[in-house]
Amino acid sequence: MTSIETSEKLKENNKKISENHEDFRIFGLITFLIADGMTFAGFFAAYLTYKAVNPLPDGAIYELELPIPTINTILLLISSATFHKAGKALSNQNNSNSQKWLLITALFGIVFLGFQIFEYFNLPFALTDNLFASTFYALTGFHGLHVTLGTLMILIISWQVRPDGGRITNLNMFPLEAVELYWHFVDGIWVILFLILYLL
Amino acid sequence: MTISIEPKNQAKKNLQPKGWLRYFSFSLDHKVIGIQYLVCGFLFYLVGGTLASAIRIELASPMSDFMPRDVYNQVLTLHGTIMIFLWIVPVVNGAFGNYLIPFYVGARDMAFPRLNAVAFWLIPPSGLMLIASYFIDGAAQAGWTAYPPLSITTPQSGQIIWILSVLLLGGSSIFGGINFIATILKLRRPGLKLMQLPMYCWAMLGTSILVVLSTPVLAGTLILLSFDIVANTGFFNPVLGGNVVVYQHLFWFYSHPAVYIMVLPAFGLVSEILPIHCRKPLFGYTTMVFSIMGIVVLGLVVWAHHMFTSGTPPWMRLFFTIATAFIAVPTGIKFFNWVATMWGGRISINSAILFSCGFIINFVFGGITGVALAQVPFDIHVHDTYFVVAHFHYIVYGGSVFVIFSSIYHWFPKASGKLLNEKLGIIHFAITFIGFNLCFAPQHWLGLNGMPRRVAEYDPQFQFVNQISTLGALLMAISTIPFLINVFISIANGKKAGDNPWNALTPEWLTSSPPPIENWEGEAPLVEEPYGYGKSITK
Ligand SMILES: [Cu+2]
Repeated sequence: MTSIETSEKLKENNKKISENHEDFRIFGLITFLIADGMTFAGFFAAYLTYKAVNPLPDGAIYELELPIPTINTILLLISSATFHKAGKALSNQNNSNSQKWLLITALFGIVFLGFQIFEYFNLPFALTDNLFASTFYALTGFHGLHVTLGTLMILIISWQVRPDGGRITNLNMFPLEAVELYWHFVDGIWVILFLILYLL
Repeated sequence: MTISIEPKNQAKKNLQPKGWLRYFSFSLDHKVIGIQYLVCGFLFYLVGGTLASAIRIELASPMSDFMPRDVYNQVLTLHGTIMIFLWIVPVVNGAFGNYLIPFYVGARDMAFPRLNAVAFWLIPPSGLMLIASYFIDGAAQAGWTAYPPLSITTPQSGQIIWILSVLLLGGSSIFGGINFIATILKLRRPGLKLMQLPMYCWAMLGTSILVVLSTPVLAGTLILLSFDIVANTGFFNPVLGGNVVVYQHLFWFYSHPAVYIMVLPAFGLVSEILPIHCRKPLFGYTTMVFSIMGIVVLGLVVWAHHMFTSGTPPWMRLFFTIATAFIAVPTGIKFFNWVATMWGGRISINSAILFSCGFIINFVFGGITGVALAQVPFDIHVHDTYFVVAHFHYIVYGGSVFVIFSSIYHWFPKASGKLLNEKLGIIHFAITFIGFNLCFAPQHWLGLNGMPRRVAEYDPQFQFVNQISTLGALLMAISTIPFLINVFISIANGKKAGDNPWNALTPEWLTSSPPPIENWEGEAPLVEEPYGYGKSITK
């Protein structure tokens, strides 16, 4: 195959991928998120089993306050919406607007993490105090790791979506779509976590 | 036109090393990666096999005289871990999956070639790390199941390295699974329908679904376990208020499906090999597909049959016994399909078919003891005895490993362009089959009479039967020699195989041997009837 032919094919293929949003890369990502979700499912199952069969020993402290996690839930839900705005803006070829919405989303992520750390410092129990304390930190910590990773990725794509010569354009939306999907996933997990850990 | 892979990779591929050097490179070619998996897995098989021989030599006498007890524990932990995570899982999935699936779906490579290479290259370092742990401060001693509190109280460094290594191998397995699902469902050649795919694709689809759903749970569990070991948390530590049974539930939620991760691909491979060498279509294609998917669903809801002695409540015992017994139905369907495929066929007796037949015989036996073990009263009696050891070796060795050898004899001509020597192959089969049955059949008796597993010492009354078993194990070790000789002399100066030595219809045979870089010179062939043997083929 000559190099001219190859580059022709490359163009043709890129066009096909951008025309067809549901390409196999998104499919692969969804599969990965299902796997990731199963890790959380394992943690949740462990937590619920503990709750059912392992009573809190006398004198052990495990109390959670609702205000911070409620604010955090609202923050993440709004951030899902702002991310969606960023995607909309990009497909309308408005890169600077998209960049703005991405940075706002990242800010929400950072504030979420800030609140989370603040909560950690103000809880009346530590990691090794009792079974529920350990499970609480493991679950929220693992989720926080996901938020951290997501925020970093949002910052990276917000750089790549810049109007002058960024890699991500309305013809190459995949990186943005992938991170968006991941971000919605992380938000969804938080909602489940909030229900099970704080409200149940 | 065919769906081509990302052109970027295509260009990169031309820059990659040629010749044998490419097997040591970060190659993106699915055929190279497949062979990397196979050779790497086989090297670990030799290590795990050496450890198995050491175990059997120790058990030739009732006292622990060949090695100290703690070394025995390390050896048996390493043996189990290596054989499962570094030999069978990577080979039946990674090796044959990577080599064959792109051919079967008519693609030029896997969906994510780079992820594929990453998945392979996670394996050698984690395997070496695991083996190295033995020389650092002693390897893990808690068996491949790493049950707490044992895994928390035994020396820490070995156990932590074990966890790290299994986490990496699990990651590799998940990446592989994602890749297979995407390749099979999304990269099919236009015009190729799902129900026209060769059976191995269905087996790999089912396996990969299990991998994606269950492996992450193991990963999460092991992360919690490592917290218990290094951070002094008490998830699974009863002394700190933790719950060991939760570990067992989570562990077996992965590790029962892990059996199918090892054996479903083997089912698929046998379903490819039998029709070709019997010159008959695969019997009951549709029932085969449904029984694979049935096993996938059932396989996810039977895990607690490993825990009948863990204080499981009666309703749980009832549910898991019934669910487990149900698995015998789809598995039985497959067994009868294979027999019916061979029935009345023009069977050519060669090494590939011999190993496949060996698989069918061993697997039926292992399946029957499996159904027996699902029954609570029986299971409680033989739990943690050699009966269990015998049962699962009939499944994973008599099943999966026999199929691996069968597949090597079958696809070696495709990958190398040379035929393997049939005489040496038949010798290899004979010694393996006799050695295997001599080694493991007597262990049923040992277990029924109460010999516990995982202990270096035993009651002297069991010595004679143990020695028979050891003799069998040594035969199995010896059987590797004709195989290795065969592979080396055949690569050096074996008979030329030609493109299609078995007159097969599946797509991997419709190209040169070995195949060119992107699998076909021209367009990928559309194979609508992969098993159309014994009929006049109209093209
Ligand atoms: Cu099982």
